[in-house]
Amino acid sequence: MIELAWLIPMLPFTGAVINGFFGSRMPKKTVGLIACLVMAGAFIISSSLFIKILSLPVDQRSIEVTYFTWIASGAFHLDIGFLIDPLSTLMIMVVTGVGLLIHIYSVGYMHEDKGFWRYFAYLNLFVFFMLMLVLGGNYLVMFLGWEGVGLCSFLLIGFWYEKKSASDAGKKAFVVNRIGDFGFVLGLFLLFWTLSSHGVTSLDYKTVFASLHHIDTATITVITLLLFVGATGKSAQLPLYVWLPDAMEGPTPVSALIHAATMVTAGVYMIARNNALYAMAPISGEVVAVVGICTALFAATIGLVQNDIKKVLAYSTVSQLGYMFAAVGLGAYTAGVFHLMTHAFFKGLMFLGSGSVIHAMGGEQDMRKMGGLHKHMKITSVTFIIGALAIAGMPPFSGFWSKDEILWEAFEKGHTIIWAMGLLTAFLTAFYMFRQVFMTFTGECRADRHTQEHLHESPKIMTVPLIILAILAAAGGIVGISFFEEGTAAHHFLSPVFEQGGHAAANVGGHVAQNGEALHGGMEAILMAVSVAAGLCGIFLAGLLYYAPLKKYAPSFWRPEVIAAAFKPVYALLYNKYYVDEMYDHIIVNPIKRFCGWCLSFDLGIIDGIVNGAAWTTRLWAWLLHKFDIYIIDGVINSAATFTGYNSGFWRRLQTGRLQNYALIFVIGLLIIVGSALLG
Amino acid sequence: MLETLNINLTAILPEILLTALALCVMALDLIMRRGASRLVLGYLSIIGLLIILPVSCVSVIDGAFYGGMVKADGFSAYFNAIFIIAAIFTILISMDYLKRVNINKGEYYYIVLFATLGMMVMAASNDLVNLYVGLELMALSFYVLVAIRTASSKSVEAALKYFVLGALSSGVLLYGISFTYGVAGTTNFTEIAFQARRVTILDPYLLLAIVFIIVGFSFKIALFPFHLWSPDTYEGAPTPIAALLSVGSKAAAFAAFMRVFLVALPVYQPHWSRIFWGLSAATMLYGSVVAISQKNIVRMLAYSSIAHAGIIMIGFLVTSDMGAAGVMYYLLVYAFMNIGAFTVVTLFIRSSGRGESIRDYRGLAVRHPWLAFVMSIFLVSLAGIPPTGGFTAKFFILSSAINAQYYWLAVIGVVSTAISLFFYAKVIFYMYLSEPDALTEGTAGGAAGGADRDLPIMSSATCNIVLVAAAVGTVLLGIYPTPFIDMAIKAVKPFFLT
Repeated sequence: MIELAWLIPMLPFTGAVINGFFGSRMPKKTVGLIACLVMAGAFIISSSLFIKILSLPVDQRSIEVTYFTWIASGAFHLDIGFLIDPLSTLMIMVVTGVGLLIHIYSVGYMHEDKGFWRYFAYLNLFVFFMLMLVLGGNYLVMFLGWEGVGLCSFLLIGFWYEKKSASDAGKKAFVVNRIGDFGFVLGLFLLFWTLSSHGVTSLDYKTVFASLHHIDTATITVITLLLFVGATGKSAQLPLYVWLPDAMEGPTPVSALIHAATMVTAGVYMIARNNALYAMAPISGEVVAVVGICTALFAATIGLVQNDIKKVLAYSTVSQLGYMFAAVGLGAYTAGVFHLMTHAFFKGLMFLGSGSVIHAMGGEQDMRKMGGLHKHMKITSVTFIIGALAIAGMPPFSGFWSKDEILWEAFEKGHTIIWAMGLLTAFLTAFYMFRQVFMTFTGECRADRHTQEHLHESPKIMTVPLIILAILAAAGGIVGISFFEEGTAAHHFLSPVFEQGGHAAANVGGHVAQNGEALHGGMEAILMAVSVAAGLCGIFLAGLLYYAPLKKYAPSFWRPEVIAAAFKPVYALLYNKYYVDEMYDHIIVNPIKRFCGWCLSFDLGIIDGIVNGAAWTTRLWAWLLHKFDIYIIDGVINSAATFTGYNSGFWRRLQTGRLQNYALIFVIGLLIIVGSALLG
Repeated sequence: MLETLNINLTAILPEILLTALALCVMALDLIMRRGASRLVLGYLSIIGLLIILPVSCVSVIDGAFYGGMVKADGFSAYFNAIFIIAAIFTILISMDYLKRVNINKGEYYYIVLFATLGMMVMAASNDLVNLYVGLELMALSFYVLVAIRTASSKSVEAALKYFVLGALSSGVLLYGISFTYGVAGTTNFTEIAFQARRVTILDPYLLLAIVFIIVGFSFKIALFPFHLWSPDTYEGAPTPIAALLSVGSKAAAFAAFMRVFLVALPVYQPHWSRIFWGLSAATMLYGSVVAISQKNIVRMLAYSSIAHAGIIMIGFLVTSDMGAAGVMYYLLVYAFMNIGAFTVVTLFIRSSGRGESIRDYRGLAVRHPWLAFVMSIFLVSLAGIPPTGGFTAKFFILSSAINAQYYWLAVIGVVSTAISLFFYAKVIFYMYLSEPDALTEGTAGGAAGGADRDLPIMSSATCNIVLVAAAVGTVLLGIYPTPFIDMAIKAVKPFFLT
């Protein structure tokens, strides 16, 4: 099975090529079929690869495959190859599995779009790059994927480029990601530069990780921080998260696949992959964790007051990514990757559900104009609620296990503040998620009559992926339940990858079990209860505000309008997303624009003058030489001939002895060279 | 100390097969009925060349044969591959071209084969006399090919110019060869090198011989100021032949240069590299600057080709394995990108003369997006922009110059490349950003007028094969150069052992 690994990214790539070049001339059915078939193929190979890895003994589960040498320059070798280990197989399972479902869903969702083929070409291309990112066996292949998914994200956010807001959002995502990538590239350069000064000229993960002892702590701290800058851009963390909410301008399945399930988690994957580096730089780990948990809380508060169904999900994504970073920052890599997986399920599900809602509402995204949709679309509503229960951390849904594990790791490692912030975030998450559920699916429909008449459940091609994802969101936590004393199935599977990081950070499940299971077991149960209680609290408070049957029990001050009025400044602050976009505009964007304006005038006035002058000189020179050719060389004998026009010039010049001139020049050239050779 | 007459048929197997092929085609042409289409001869030639290509790649044998006259080393195999690829491409585009200009002559095909044979003999020779025979075989074939459009006085004029000046250059070259024989007492490269190492002071007659040999081959490469024939000849010749001239005959002359100067006369490197320095610098600047003001696309490509020759020269004169391998790699890339560009130009050419002006390319992207796309690949590569082969090739050449501390030459190379961007980009600009010129469309066609508005570009299957192959080759050599540059380095390693 290992030999077929190259097919996993190449299949989506083939799909992208076929649809990209010939899609415009093929019927939509064929385009959709090709896109889904290549994904199905990739998923089947990924699954068998996953099973194959499971069947191997634990110490043989990391396999390097090299396909060919791309650049070989002296000692420096750059291979195109994959690293197949538990982490990458888990990632490709998520990418191809969730990706396949979203592709199928898209066939229904996009069926009326005239850019159908373009959409699937981009989507397949995205999957290709994402798979390169997670499968790559060295930093360069990862970087190739890293940049590639950024490109596809840009293309898909601005998919409806006729809409100004969409193309602006695409641009914003691109520019913000560039800032992050700048740090990322610097980190890679610094890593390579430092290692090569110790004679290590490879970018393979295994070689790099094996030679980390050459690097001192300060350098590695800088490297890991720079890499993390890249992650904050790609994974929408403070302070570079601003592009993700805007990215909701893209088609909803794109938001589900790229901006919830896969691409935005690339930063988490990258840190998990580099756990050996982060283990050597405790300060970086702290920074990652603190930035992560602050983002989680920060985004959750914004999510409280958003009215756009997709914006709520977007901020919730930023917030959940914050959880993952908190986890990997604390060295709880398994917990982080586990949450990455469950999040892909439930957030993918909720985005697709919101897409189904938007589809039914005829493009409307404002929750204030929704309500009572449960009556019309039962499957969407039930599956969405399952997703909401999962993200709110209700047992036994998947989100409960993964979130609980992150909180437990934080507490167990003594980071009580992070734990408390995480708990608060969990409470807020439950609140805004159920605010969304109640506003959208319960009560009276607030849409206009025309829209109400057209309310309908989405076609099967969209609901079936919803159901499958709902099952995964409900049961996906199973791998996280402690069946064994020595840790959960997820730990068991992933921990070998994190061994290097694990030794330093002492995070693996087995380690926890060693330190007196009874006490910890008890403590863990109490914490679980606390976080479930926080979640329930959030759901209940949201219900009092927005759920009709509960509303009547609410005290008179507990109404959305009243609260908003009472805390007007806070509400305005949250509603306007802390004015971060305005602040960025004011502090960064506008000064840059002014600077650009100034540069432009400088450019127009002075540089262009110089350039034009240089161009003019060159042209003059060219002109002179050209004239030299025409007049001096050709026209010594009959210069008048050249003036009689282009065509006649040919014949005249032949008759006027142009050939002799050529010969003359030839001989003169020869004599000059002979002279200079003999004299020199 | 004459070597024994070392006869080995395998060593010259590619040449034998090619001769047989050419004779076969010639015989068939005589047997065939007068009016019958000669296209079948073209196909036969291509099939034959496709068989010879792998044969020439594997028939690599150590040592010199036939009294030390012939070598069958990796160097000649590499060049043979370039020649054969160029010949295949040329024949493929010729078949379509000949149909369009109403020429139905079988000799076209076998003379192309003879020209190719001449190039192969040049690359494989280890003796000045043998080298000269190859050169003349190639040159005589080309004189005929340039003149093959006997009905066109332009074609005849071009051939006459090429012939007279070619004869002059041959004379100079022969003069140089005889001087060499007079001083060294031999025409064999290995023995000349042996003599030269014994007598360390440079005999002034030998210096004269060196200059004459340089000038003789500079004519074929079209180095300034011996380039004057080339724009006229390219313009007048059938366009596919111009493509073969600019790729094949240049590559052959470079092969000859490398054999003569790196094998026979490495001792006098300081003397000859100075001459080449000047020729190279002048050629680069002259070619790229004059190309700017060209209005005819074939003339522009002719000057561009002159500039490229100047840059390739750098790799040769620095006298390092890296540089020499860079020359070979550059010529390989050049075969793909230049013939690719000439193919697009060929598709444009009408017997009415329309389609030769750069302005005719306006709005091509709208009318023929595929042609505009591949043309852009070739032009981008010619301009030396990544990720194309043109970039990697320039990179190898210029880095070899810097390694050998020829900083000024590298600077001139970069400057000339920067200037050249101007005229390559102009064509891309016309194709993508200009509206098609309704006036030229209508009037320049003359009597044919609106009827053949879209006629100039009938993309044929054979041309499309060349376009795809050349584009793929150009890009592939850009992103994955390693095996090809490794092969070249391996091929030139023996030159630098002594």
